[in-house]
Amino acid sequence: MTMNSTGRPTSITANGGAGTDMTVSGSKGLLQAEGLIFEIGSTDKTGVDLPKPKGAKSRLGGVTRSTSSGLPGLTEPEAVRHYVRLSQRNYAIDLGLFPLGSCTMKHNPRLNEKVARLPGFADVHPMQPQSTVQGALEVIEELADWLMKLTNMPAVAMTPKAGAHGELAGMLAIRAALIARGEGEKRKRVLVPVSAHGTNPATAAQCGFIIDEINAAPDGRVDLEDLKSKLVDSSDVAGIMLTNPNTCGLFERDIKEIADIIHAAGGYFYCDGANFNAIVGRVRPGDLGVDAMHINLHKTFSTPHGGGGPGSGPTVLSAALAPYAPVPFITKTADGLRFVEHHDEAPNSFGRMCAFHGQMGMFTRALAYILSHGADGLKQVAEDAVLNANYILARLKPLMSPAFEGYCMHEALFSDAFLKDTGVETIDIAKGLIDEGYHPMTMYFPLVVHGAMLIEPTETESKAELDRFCDALASIARRAVQKDPSLKTAPHLAPARRLDETRAARSPRLKWTPETPTMKAAE
Amino acid sequence: MRYLPLTADDRADMMKTIGAKSVDDFYGDVPASARLNGPVPGLPNFQGELEVERHMAKLSKKNRAASDGPFFVGCGAYKHHIPASVDHIIQRSEFLTTYTPYQPEIAQGTLQTMFEFQTQVAALTGMEVANASMYDGSTACAEAAVMACRVTKRNTVVLSGGLHPHYADTTRTLCEAAGIKVIQLAPAIDGELELSKAVDDTVACVIGQTPNVFGTVTDLTPVGDAAHAKGALLVTVFTEIVSLGLMKTPGEMGADIAVGEGQSIGVPLGFGGPYVGLFTCKSKFMRQMPGRLCGETVDADGKRGFVLTLSTREQHIRRDKATSNICTNSGLCMLAFTAHMTLLGDKGLTQLATLNHEAACDLADALDGVKGVKVLTSRYFNEIAFETSKPADQVLAALEKHDVIGGVRASRLFPGAGMDNVIVAAATECATAEDIAAYAQAIAKVL
Repeated sequence: MTMNSTGRPTSITANGGAGTDMTVSGSKGLLQAEGLIFEIGSTDKTGVDLPKPKGAKSRLGGVTRSTSSGLPGLTEPEAVRHYVRLSQRNYAIDLGLFPLGSCTMKHNPRLNEKVARLPGFADVHPMQPQSTVQGALEVIEELADWLMKLTNMPAVAMTPKAGAHGELAGMLAIRAALIARGEGEKRKRVLVPVSAHGTNPATAAQCGFIIDEINAAPDGRVDLEDLKSKLVDSSDVAGIMLTNPNTCGLFERDIKEIADIIHAAGGYFYCDGANFNAIVGRVRPGDLGVDAMHINLHKTFSTPHGGGGPGSGPTVLSAALAPYAPVPFITKTADGLRFVEHHDEAPNSFGRMCAFHGQMGMFTRALAYILSHGADGLKQVAEDAVLNANYILARLKPLMSPAFEGYCMHEALFSDAFLKDTGVETIDIAKGLIDEGYHPMTMYFPLVVHGAMLIEPTETESKAELDRFCDALASIARRAVQKDPSLKTAPHLAPARRLDETRAARSPRLKWTPETPTMKAAE
Repeated sequence: MRYLPLTADDRADMMKTIGAKSVDDFYGDVPASARLNGPVPGLPNFQGELEVERHMAKLSKKNRAASDGPFFVGCGAYKHHIPASVDHIIQRSEFLTTYTPYQPEIAQGTLQTMFEFQTQVAALTGMEVANASMYDGSTACAEAAVMACRVTKRNTVVLSGGLHPHYADTTRTLCEAAGIKVIQLAPAIDGELELSKAVDDTVACVIGQTPNVFGTVTDLTPVGDAAHAKGALLVTVFTEIVSLGLMKTPGEMGADIAVGEGQSIGVPLGFGGPYVGLFTCKSKFMRQMPGRLCGETVDADGKRGFVLTLSTREQHIRRDKATSNICTNSGLCMLAFTAHMTLLGDKGLTQLATLNHEAACDLADALDGVKGVKVLTSRYFNEIAFETSKPADQVLAALEKHDVIGGVRASRLFPGAGMDNVIVAAATECATAEDIAAYAQAIAKVL
């Protein structure tokens, strides 16, 4: 059968690049225009059909709302369309490579979503009798066992709700250990490399510690001499917070020596486990002398990032810190598993970090991921993640500027040296990638590398995808060197153009309000 | 391995491009003593989807789901019906598998839902600004205490005796580390107004909860007046957001900061997490807030768009001077909340709240008619506390044998507080008349 093409144009002629201004609807082909729910919904509408209340007399004691919330509703078809239309303005792992360095944007297996939704996990209450949730406690125990074995650490705190919350768990355990030694008031100084993620100093400060920054050596690792100089008088040192592999994508080759000198100084070693994906199943942090390390289940163990959470940050602890672990934790009894929930049963514990027992929905997903991979598969995860990053490094080395010599771990770091005198900056490279159909890499982080571009492909990318990405980034690098002015205004093809962040911060508008005539005039 | 796309040939090709002999070359910096000869010992190898699903299903079946029968547990997490479309929406790849919206040009979907969420939360609570979520209600409460100290430059916080004990404990943990003194009033079923007496001019804030952990509803306006007279802030906490479909809002009570748990709208019980912490305050304290904020702006074409804003408060910019260490928050639960709230609208929420209140009234009436039961809460929304003639742990265990999950014993919340015969029970729209009748019949047999 042949198609009747009579009168049907087969090539684009005029106005090929027409923008949304060309359409009456404001839509752009498949990209539908969509207002805010406050503009499209109404207080008369609802997407739920509930039974009619009986009209019983209120027992609220008169503590009732005087005004309605005024919130609009949408029927189900309208609501589904609203969110699906909005979703199409987002980039996602399921659309393509998501090379955000230190964020480990790997594929999120759908089996994990399925098991997390089993009624026996999704529809159980944290405070129902413990005899009725033994399977849930077994999940936590089984996951904890894997995490301890993968890290070769004797204990793990399961309740922290994200990476930064895990850091808090580790630092509070260190604080409690120092207090128990009678040195809580004396040891207040925490050493943090300048390359550290911002949560490290923020967490230490939240625990009442004082931050002392350590410089980076020219090879991207901790400057061991600078570290030693900070320990000449070590009587006030509480510990060190060190990311390994570090935020430059490099393994801290002196890590054992660092652990030894911190311990000799009377301090503890907190390891930020954000980059565990590079070594999972291959290197055990417990063999490196760490005292505490959080594990981002939403990175290494594939629970979805969900547009900014929820995360989960179980924190493994050394024998020295284990007694101070937060409540609740699970203990085995003759009647099965049981939570120790209160301080009086765990007098050394530094206390509770959150209501209930942690991010169960992430535990089920992470356990399914871990069981799917097994010890052999997890080792392959780390090796493929590192291989993929080194492949990107090798392919882009001729065009961009690697920040450091040698191989990288799971992420490749470039500086903006190759952009010198072009007028093009790191942000322009990032925005150029958007037009090529990619989420940008992490930019301007770590702070120790000028105009940093940190690329983490993860192990769930095929070689073909890596090549496609490298081709795209290489072409942008070439355009940059040729001073292509269009990079300065990129992206051109995204759902939105560059946004005015200064304006947003100068006069914050953090919620929708009905537009008044005076506001219109002021625009 | 079904999740790893590289083939052996790919790996060999790539090694050639890199100029490395083996993957071991990349791990050259690992100390010799920490190198393993093969996979981590003592752990099994990979499994197929069928095997993993079978294992997980087996574990899940050892748990008694809330929907399996009469169920009345509350205390900070509530069994509500979630419309099917909510789960469909949050499983859209573009929401589920994306990152924090740091690149606004390709994250307007997430950003607009955040902006809508902030507006909804502000309207529900009657507060001026809301952030884009915290981990949960308890951590939001702890952050509120620390923020109040920053705002007032004072160093003592007072917690009511009706504040959820997990919230109180979480707050104490964070405050103690920050050198903040915490005064906690004795557990009390109807004692929120005691906060007024505990405030003096060294106090940064008083933290009261309504409905409190025993279900008691309190107008905290007088507490706010007493706090403000001493230059302290009023922080109000809620663990049941559905209550705000009927109840006087934190804003109407004069709260300076209002925080709580949003799980009831859109988020399943899930054995306690992930949930979604709600954090709101007066506009004048906006720059002291923890967590992410989404704001409206325009793009280069002058079109409306949204970005993360006021990030100079946050750890990635301010490092040790940040208002909090929070980074990842509760994005996808925030989406579930806002989608469910959009389906409800004010109309649906008011109706839902009314149904919850009526279910609790029915439960109270049914239990009050049983010999050996005395209902202790006089003003409540969807949760009540009652006293039984026998110890609560025995009563609940016996109820379990009748397949009624009857609530939480107060002694699990406040051990050693002399509340051994008190049970806290919640009834939501999910509790049918048959469930309530089954509860009354079972407890009559047990007592």
